[in-house]
Amino acid sequence: MATIELIQVEKKFGDFDAVEPMDLTIHDGEFVVLLGPSGCGKTTTLRMVSGLEAVTGGQIMLNNRDVTWAHPSERDIAFVFQFFALYPHMTSRQNIAFPLQAQGESKATVQMRVAEVSSLLQIENVLDQRPGSLSGGDQQRVALARALVRRPAAFMMDEPLGALDAEFRERMRAEIKRLHIDQHATTVYVTHDQIEAMAMGDRIVVMSAAVVQQVGTPAQVYHDPANLFVARFIGSPGMNLLSCRYTDRHIHLAHGGSYPVPADYVRALDKALHGTDEVILGFRPEAVTVNGEGELSATVYAADLHGGYTMLHLDLGADQIVHARAGRELNYPISTVVRFSLNPTMVRFFHPRTEAAIIREVRQ
Amino acid sequence: MSHVAAQAVTNSQTPEKRERRRQVSDQTIVRLFIMPTLILLIVINIFPLFYSLYLSFTDYSVIANKPPEWVGLENYQKILTKELPRYWHNFVVTGSYALLSVGLQVVIGFSLAMLLREKFKGSGFVTTLILIPMMLSPVVVGLFWKLIFDPSKGIFNYFLYPGNPSAGPEWLANPQLALWAIVIVDVWMWSPFVMLLCLSGLSAIPDYLYEAAAIDRASSWFQFRRITLPQVAPLLLIAVLFRTIEAFKAFDLVMGLTGGTPGDATETVAVRIYREAFLGKFNTGESSALAYIVLVIIIAVSNLYIRALNRMRED
Repeated sequence: MATIELIQVEKKFGDFDAVEPMDLTIHDGEFVVLLGPSGCGKTTTLRMVSGLEAVTGGQIMLNNRDVTWAHPSERDIAFVFQFFALYPHMTSRQNIAFPLQAQGESKATVQMRVAEVSSLLQIENVLDQRPGSLSGGDQQRVALARALVRRPAAFMMDEPLGALDAEFRERMRAEIKRLHIDQHATTVYVTHDQIEAMAMGDRIVVMSAAVVQQVGTPAQVYHDPANLFVARFIGSPGMNLLSCRYTDRHIHLAHGGSYPVPADYVRALDKALHGTDEVILGFRPEAVTVNGEGELSATVYAADLHGGYTMLHLDLGADQIVHARAGRELNYPISTVVRFSLNPTMVRFFHPRTEAAIIREVRQ
Repeated sequence: MSHVAAQAVTNSQTPEKRERRRQVSDQTIVRLFIMPTLILLIVINIFPLFYSLYLSFTDYSVIANKPPEWVGLENYQKILTKELPRYWHNFVVTGSYALLSVGLQVVIGFSLAMLLREKFKGSGFVTTLILIPMMLSPVVVGLFWKLIFDPSKGIFNYFLYPGNPSAGPEWLANPQLALWAIVIVDVWMWSPFVMLLCLSGLSAIPDYLYEAAAIDRASSWFQFRRITLPQVAPLLLIAVLFRTIEAFKAFDLVMGLTGGTPGDATETVAVRIYREAFLGKFNTGESSALAYIVLVIIIAVSNLYIRALNRMRED
């Protein structure tokens, strides 16, 4: 059980900023996902928390104890590596027993705990094999068992599913989630897969270019992205983003067509843009409703059948394509003109220069 | 591969030319190139191997103007019964020499490898320096260590007994120390070899194993015992195998340093074979038999090592 606190933690490799000063508090029992494209500093952050990488600034607190300069072995944090990092010359059983033996646990204790954790992960049948002869999924289960067996204060997982086949990945995702629910151990999980992050995290820390872009629940980062990067990165496809002009409480699209700004946003837009009229309109594909009375119109550019729904690519002209989620039962011939409306509670606005979200102000 | 390349070239030429070329095929060229090596190998390696096996069953002496006469197992019988006490001494000398020098080489070579494992400024240069003894001729090494061990003007006692070097022992003339002196030189010369193999074994251990071990809260000693040692073991065993075989054949260094003296204190089996076969005795048949006994022992010992190595690599 652990609370982890990062205070202005930063990492430089020479002149290169791998992680710019960041603050983050991870609560006891929480599952926090560090999400971002490769090279954004998420793994470096994880390694700093576990002690595998020295910080170049800031402080790391574990249960209110300063562990900034503590050796990994003094932190009581387990780490699951992307490529498992199992000891190749030992059997699964010896691998799992290793952390216990390193602490000089008695033979009986080791035997009991190994049996316990291997039944939990259902790997009893591979205990006497070496990692080299195991499937990726089993290797990762053994690696998880090795992390679990010592009952650490917290788990760090560095893309634990990254090296697995798609088939295994989904199953292991569910297994890890179940494990977290059962054990309720503080977990920090690194991934570049936003679907994985949405599915697993209590909270998501979105990182890009060494900077934390947003910290929030999956719903928050999905529906209220803090900036254009998060809007594009989360969701598949990402948020529709259109450069527009703002006048008279209306948004004017580039190709013509206008849309009334929801009342909540009027004051915020006036204040944020002060004078200039450029603004970026953002909305998720599911904010679009295709119907005859819609206030906007577009040509159908392409339609992807997804089984449960149809993803429409709508051409607004002027090289602007938006994605719209529509019912599967409808037929949308290519090049036909459709009308659509936007759910006013689901539109968002971004400042074109700062790229930050413009937050609505609810009038009393 | 060369076959394909040659084919491609001939195909691009006119038919007549191709016809003439075909008289010397690639296969013939391959055989021609292999031939000199093969002949050399047969003449100086394979023929003597079998000829000496034959001679070991005869009473042949190279200086007696008499063809070899078949005596069956008489030579072997003599070595293993009547002459055994004298030969046993040679095996004891060789065995202790092998045990001491290989043991020390493993300890020193492995320690050096652990030290040089971390790269530092000039570590490449230091590694090269350490490797120099290995590159020298054993006879040269024997000769200059003879000077180093010299009790009156040698540098060895000078360092060991600063101020009064002549109080030091006569390393090469003292029956208790002479074997140790050879061991010291052999260790000096061949520890770098063990180091080199260990170094390549150590550098093949991925860093993430140590990261995992640090996370698993293993102490440095525990990491060394449970990760470093088992990971290096296969290469270490190869080093031990090579050095043991070499130690059993120890001849050149011994000849350069003591020639088997004082008395027969440093008379290894190889030196004994040489003395038996040449120095005044010329017992060609008996020494051939002895050489074959040594061969069988070396093969047996190597087999034990190789079996251990295979067991280690089973996974």
